[in-house]
Amino acid sequence: MVEIKSVEYAYPGAKAIRFADFKLAGGEHCLLLGESGSGKTTLLHLLGGLLRSQQGAIRIHDTDITQLSESALDHFRGKHLGFVFQRNHLLQALSVRQNLLMAPFLAELPQSEERVNEVLDRLGLLNRKSARVRELSQGQAQRVAIARAVINKPDVIFADEPTSALDDKNCERVSDLLLSVASEQRATLVVATHDQRLKAKITRQMVLPA
Amino acid sequence: MMNLITLVWSYLKAKPLNTFLNVLLLGLGIAVITVLLVFNQQFQEKIKDNVRGIDLVVGAKGSPLQLILCSIFHVDFPTGNIKLNEAEQLAKNRLVKSVIPLALGDSYQGYRIVGTNRAYTDLYEADLQEGKWWEKDMEVVAGANVAAFARVKVGDKLVSQHGLGAEGHAHEDQQMICTGVLRKTNSVIDNLLFTNVGTVWAVHEEHEEDEHEHDEQPVQNPSPIVPTVNAGDSVKEITSLLVEFRNPMAAIQLPRYINAQTNMQAASPAFETARLFSILGVGADVLMGFAYVLIFISALSIFLALYNSLKERQYDLAIMRSMGASRSRLFITMLAEGIAMTLMGSVLGLAMGHGVLVLFTWWVKEGSQTGFSAYVFYTSELWILAGSLLLGIVCSLVPAIQAYRTDIHKVLAG
Ligand SMILES: Nc1ncnc2c1ncn2[C@@H]1O[C@H](COP(=O)(O)OP(=O)(O)O)[C@@H](O)[C@H]1O
Ligand SMILES: [Mg+2]
Repeated sequence: MVEIKSVEYAYPGAKAIRFADFKLAGGEHCLLLGESGSGKTTLLHLLGGLLRSQQGAIRIHDTDITQLSESALDHFRGKHLGFVFQRNHLLQALSVRQNLLMAPFLAELPQSEERVNEVLDRLGLLNRKSARVRELSQGQAQRVAIARAVINKPDVIFADEPTSALDDKNCERVSDLLLSVASEQRATLVVATHDQRLKAKITRQMVLPA
Repeated sequence: MMNLITLVWSYLKAKPLNTFLNVLLLGLGIAVITVLLVFNQQFQEKIKDNVRGIDLVVGAKGSPLQLILCSIFHVDFPTGNIKLNEAEQLAKNRLVKSVIPLALGDSYQGYRIVGTNRAYTDLYEADLQEGKWWEKDMEVVAGANVAAFARVKVGDKLVSQHGLGAEGHAHEDQQMICTGVLRKTNSVIDNLLFTNVGTVWAVHEEHEEDEHEHDEQPVQNPSPIVPTVNAGDSVKEITSLLVEFRNPMAAIQLPRYINAQTNMQAASPAFETARLFSILGVGADVLMGFAYVLIFISALSIFLALYNSLKERQYDLAIMRSMGASRSRLFITMLAEGIAMTLMGSVLGLAMGHGVLVLFTWWVKEGSQTGFSAYVFYTSELWILAGSLLLGIVCSLVPAIQAYRTDIHKVLAG
């Protein structure tokens, strides 16, 4: 469950951005649309606790994350949330397998080799398990990012422009996998994008005014 | 399994050349320090060990350092000889508790033969490995290294050479017999052969004064120093006398008396070895300074490596935060990386240092003969490890603070 109430955020020296209230049920998928600069990333980061000191309340899974201390929020993020970003988001020094294991390690959850295999298999990456990050194609890297986002079985997955850097074929594959894995795990999914190709795939949509 | 160590190691491995150079540079600095440290420690220990209960060395006038080196460490030539009767006079001095005579001048295959008495070997708590102690003239007991390296066994007949070199004039017609071999003591006596003062005289009288008539008169008034001859002999000479003081007063009065009132000179082992240390200390200080420069450069290089990596690392750091890592975890990870490099550097340095010492003891004969060991570890080496830990923290503190402060929103939104 994800819910916001009278949330506003003001960048220093700029006019506050006001976000309309909404509520997503557990397991629901939602597309966050809007022009570039409309505040999609800002909202997503507020929801994920990556950006703070806003007005209003943000409830995730019965927790008002605005009330959490910084370290409690880190903990909460590791246990309950998963993130997929546009690019630059795999740890370059590590292998695919190690990137996946970082999620339970940092969230202080048990690390399971079986779970790594399971997730990689699901995303068609089992043969890339010990590959270095720089040996991956864009599409593969994005699928590894999804694998890492779901490995801890999070309650909510936030994806920020997950397909914007991909060609049509990879966009199709990556978005389908993201949606189906999220459904299988009954995770709530929020995808922020200006990528029109995703519009047909998620019915619930919110458009941020420019 | 992912943990702090595998994480840090992966990052270090991602830049192998950088990591290798930093570790090597630090390792070299620490190796130099280790070598100096172990050398210095063992050198000082050896010197203390060899000086034992010897308060003063009395010998012929000349360089006092030479007298000490010759009479205690057996590495230099004698300054000359002193008359036995003068030595007897000194032994009777009320400030003197005991004396040990040394008669030097001959060697066997480069190993010095020392004419003395059992008090000298007792000083070093020498024990017999086999055979028995020497008693009569022309009987010798060999130190452990002499037995091992010159292959001297009990019952062997030995012919000595004049001087210390292997090419000295051989005293062919004067055969000595080895009656015993000493246990290893790791002190200077391992490299010596022991016999009576009389043996040295006999060998030399034969050589120098061929016409000297051997009057085998019984000894009526034995010398307190060499009981096989009469006291007051004005011809016989010894090389030096090791003196033990009766009281602290002697330390002040005795050297002054000897140097001013007699034909002999007194040299204090404590004073001369301290002088020796200060001479060698200059060289050691230069090397030490060089080592510190190496360590400083490596520390700077480690700092720069971490600091420069921050820019490309900021995505990694932000991503780690998004996966639940706290600020302090990033801080610790960064510190751990610096510490890992300095620890590896110091472990490498300690290993290289001891490696150099191992090679030294293998290649240099004197290395093993002086009982010098490369496998001894000192608590100061733990301090080196602790110091490198601190160095790692210092090098990575600023990058770690930067990592702590990473603005994840800005990085991830970028
Ligand atoms: N760190 C920042 N400081 C100041 N203004 C910012 C910052 N990040 C974003 N903005 C502004 O906030 C608005 C929303 O940005 P963003 O959330 O990134 O939009 P979107 O993701 O929809 O492109 C934009 O007008 C942008 O210029
Ligand atoms: Mg954006």
